[in-house]
Amino acid sequence: MRTLRFLLRKEFRQIFRDKAIVAMIFFMPMVQLILMPLAADYEVRNINLAVVDHDKSPYSQKLISKIVASGYFRLTGYNTSFREAFGLIESDKADLILEIPHDFERNLIREDHEKLFVAVNAINGTKASLGGSYLGSIIGDFNGDIRMQLVTPPRFSQFPVIEVVASNWFNPVLNYKVFIVPGILAILVTMVGGFLSALNIVREKEIGTIEQINVTPIRKHIFILGKLIPFWVLANIVFTIGLLVARFVYGIVPVGSLLTLYAFISVYLLAVLGFGLLVSTFCDTQQQAMFIMFFFMMLFILLGGLFTSIDSMPEWAKLITRINPVRYMIEVMRMVILKGSSFSDILPHVGIVAFMALVLNSWAILNYKKTN
Amino acid sequence: MMQDDRVIVCEKLTKRFGDFVATNEITFDVHRGEIFGFLGANGAGKTTAMRMLCGLSSPSSGKATIAGFDVYTQTEQIKKHIGYMSQKFSLYENLTVRENIEFFGGIYGLSDERIRSKTAELLQRLGLKSEANKLVASLPLGWKQKLSFSVAVLHEPKIVFLDEPTGGVDPVTRRQFWDMIYEAANSGITVFVTTHYMDEAEYCNRISIMVDGRMEVLDTPANLKSSFHARSMDEVFYQLARGAKRGD
Repeated sequence: MRTLRFLLRKEFRQIFRDKAIVAMIFFMPMVQLILMPLAADYEVRNINLAVVDHDKSPYSQKLISKIVASGYFRLTGYNTSFREAFGLIESDKADLILEIPHDFERNLIREDHEKLFVAVNAINGTKASLGGSYLGSIIGDFNGDIRMQLVTPPRFSQFPVIEVVASNWFNPVLNYKVFIVPGILAILVTMVGGFLSALNIVREKEIGTIEQINVTPIRKHIFILGKLIPFWVLANIVFTIGLLVARFVYGIVPVGSLLTLYAFISVYLLAVLGFGLLVSTFCDTQQQAMFIMFFFMMLFILLGGLFTSIDSMPEWAKLITRINPVRYMIEVMRMVILKGSSFSDILPHVGIVAFMALVLNSWAILNYKKTN
Repeated sequence: MMQDDRVIVCEKLTKRFGDFVATNEITFDVHRGEIFGFLGANGAGKTTAMRMLCGLSSPSSGKATIAGFDVYTQTEQIKKHIGYMSQKFSLYENLTVRENIEFFGGIYGLSDERIRSKTAELLQRLGLKSEANKLVASLPLGWKQKLSFSVAVLHEPKIVFLDEPTGGVDPVTRRQFWDMIYEAANSGITVFVTTHYMDEAEYCNRISIMVDGRMEVLDTPANLKSSFHARSMDEVFYQLARGAKRGD
């Protein structure tokens, strides 16, 4: 234990001696947390729409202006033929084509029935599918208005209208920032902790100081602990700063208890740092460690459930997410911050992450060899 | 009686890396308080041999005990009783002189009291008092090497291993360095040192010369010179080493 004290003192001295690194550790995540949620927006805006209006009636004009007024679309083409409009898609000037047929107005009023054609440029998948469904719902809405005002009196409506009303629990206004900020914070803490620990031991190998350590009677687990604890403290500070940014910039106040959150993050960080240290014991140069961490970080983040829902992943990807610590972190962040889950709710998550921490750190200790 | 004071006992110690035999069946003993010179051209296998003796590298075959502990099974015991100064400077450059001393003292389990007194004594002896709170990175090489040596013997080990401690150091500092080595030997620390400087070889009690992984000769400098009919160690070394196939 006394040896550990000397190790910790040395590590903290080295970390805080490099002022540039300290600034980066604390400042960069803050900037990212402030900037990224503003840019990484789930809502799709500025969808370029080309309209092919064969009808040119007041109704078709009304529909178009309703679509543009929604704020999601930008009218980039008003064409007379589909081929012309398709040219716009080909030259990437339009994402969607709405084709309004001849006699749109007449059919809508007299025959109570009309078809519209929507063509989607699916190269940008998110934009295409969301744009298509926005357009669908605006047209549906338009249709409803017409019927209300002009066609049949609603009280004697022949067809019962079923309307689905969604209520967004835990995020009442469906503010995507509330959803994404905890996730981004989870990733930032993971990145800072993971990279710092992955580069550390390997740095001592590169400089050669590890030789001087290996020739001392220091116990391996003490040495690993001496590396683990400083980064654990740093990552906790980064996490705290992140919570403060979430609170004061985005007004996100955790619904659940902070104690629950910190209980989880404490265990979680042991797993992430253990992984970084394990990578560090396998590598000989910082470059190698950097590339390996990059590889895993990308996997962890893309399969973490922040940007895409895990439920809609293929089975094999779902399997991978089960051994992805980031997934559990993001889930817990959302559960505790948005939903107010208690410690007993996240107990399974704590258990899994604790197991990972145990395995990864033991492996790191085993793989750190003082004698080659 | 002679048996009792052997601190390094080495028998047919071998290290292979694949097909390459870095150290080939070396056999020798080193006695307590001796200054043992370990010579050889670049690539002769000196560093590999030394790393095995320090418990940093495990031998492929052969036997060796250091301070009575086995190099296969008791490496951590060995490490308590030896000091090591590697070829590459390996104190922490971004810690101060004082912090390095404190750190290694702590790792070797010295009490706070001992660390304090040792630090004061060491700074005094090295004339580094005014540099105590400067980063090690800012010291000139000669001082760095002297500091490394002092840190290697801080915990008063039985044996200290020095791998080319005076490489690139000016003659005056080398002289001072050897004074420190003598001082350590006089206090009972066995010194195991590699060098490329033949004048330094003359300071050793006994010398071994390695050629292509094998230990070709082992004797006192005087005996070696007479048996090779040479006037200086330079000549002895040249006669042996020019037959070497390895090296850079």
